[in-house]
Amino acid sequence: MERVAVIGASMTQFGQREDEWILDLLAEAGLECLEDAGVDATDVEHLYVSNMASGEFEGQTGVMNALAQDIDAVPAYTQRIDQTSSSGGAGIYAAWQSVASGASEMTLLVGGEKMTHKTTGESTDVIASLTHPVEYKTGVTLPSFAGLTARHYLERFDAPRESLAKVAVKNHENGVDNPHAQFRKEIDEETALESPIVADPLRLYDFCPITDGSAALMLCPESVAQEYTDDYALITGIDGATDTHVVHEREDPTVMGGVVESGKGAYEMSGLGPDDIDVAELHDMFTILEFLQMEGLGFAEQGEAWKLVAEGYTETDGELPINTSGGLKSKGHPLGASGVAQGVEIYEQLVGEAGPRQVEAETGLCCNVGGFGNCVITTIMEAAR
Amino acid sequence: MTMEATRYADGSISYPGHPRGPGGSEPVETIDLSEYTAEVVTWTTSMATPPGVREPNTLAIVEFTVDGESVRAIGQMTTDDVETGDEIEPVHVDELREPGAGIREPASQDWDGYRFEPI
Repeated sequence: MERVAVIGASMTQFGQREDEWILDLLAEAGLECLEDAGVDATDVEHLYVSNMASGEFEGQTGVMNALAQDIDAVPAYTQRIDQTSSSGGAGIYAAWQSVASGASEMTLLVGGEKMTHKTTGESTDVIASLTHPVEYKTGVTLPSFAGLTARHYLERFDAPRESLAKVAVKNHENGVDNPHAQFRKEIDEETALESPIVADPLRLYDFCPITDGSAALMLCPESVAQEYTDDYALITGIDGATDTHVVHEREDPTVMGGVVESGKGAYEMSGLGPDDIDVAELHDMFTILEFLQMEGLGFAEQGEAWKLVAEGYTETDGELPINTSGGLKSKGHPLGASGVAQGVEIYEQLVGEAGPRQVEAETGLCCNVGGFGNCVITTIMEAAR
Repeated sequence: MTMEATRYADGSISYPGHPRGPGGSEPVETIDLSEYTAEVVTWTTSMATPPGVREPNTLAIVEFTVDGESVRAIGQMTTDDVETGDEIEPVHVDELREPGAGIREPASQDWDGYRFEPI
């Protein structure tokens, strides 16, 4: 099987994109990615669109076919990928499969979501609609699951409340250097700790914002990549896994089985382990998730991730920079785009295009979480050698 | 009115029930958890709730022990005066949130259920 390369990437401005709707956002990222990769749209054989809920948010379905026409990629095969918040990661997996299987020699993946025209309550409800009926009728939201889990984590592992604020402070600091981030503003620990309660013990700055945006990646076999560029990244490990649909049925509330399983699969495929990863993008939809993924992926022992964050281990000049892009926390979280945008950041780090966010990295990992760990995709990329 | 959990052939219990349990074991009987008390594992008070949901909304994950077997459930609390480890009992409520106010099709599920009352 030939290795799968990433030869181009793009990301629109994330944030509140007034008067621009899902089709506008997807086309913007798609066209920019074609240009970045130097690929003609007519050479795209497969086109995947990662999107959770354009029908629910906007009443617009069929977005994958619309995009194919808008960027002049007809008659490319196209498919919309919905895996809730991990639609982007699932899109990377689908795009990788299309190339690895030999079905496509040039695959464009575009992820996007339009959300900010809805109220916070409405958006929260669209996202919470992924829950089981016995969960949904209680009014539980994804932020509520984070509050329930954070309290359990802090009490069980004797972690200080401040440790979660440190994640927010770090990711906001990183976001300042990302021109596409929704928030480019540093915050201090006190601001995070005194912000309004959203789901006790978590406060406003423990949560990512609601966001419009789109991101894209171009994938092809390595032999084809070499016809376009010398600077490309390789997807050397990728896997997806699930955990229970009903969150309270998990044996240990602090272990996300989908993170553990998809991480194992990605490590096994790449032949790498946690110690080999130079930079990572984790799904910090809530600050507590950064701890759970660090532990599930083997970067920290269970109950110990908060100590590494407190020591600066995950800062840009630390041993393992995490969320150099600013993460979902600062960059924003347009559901279907987020996993793709994680891939964009790792790709840019590996080909040396991350600008002021650049760290020394030959290998990178992204972990994209759907629901509250219900579906997870872990992807490992390496710089071409 | 019951808070129906399912016991599987392997002895495990889940709330809610599923067509297959752990290891593919089949359901063998239902158990009404409203006849039992449980212990609060963790809780939160949600201040930003979706349409049709009370605000604030205090929720807890609780653990029942039925014939030596543990089974967890999520539910609304009757009060925000709650601590981890509290013992609770389920109390029936006709409508936990307003059907039709949110995105879920009202006819697709039931809307009554149980809140957890500290004992």
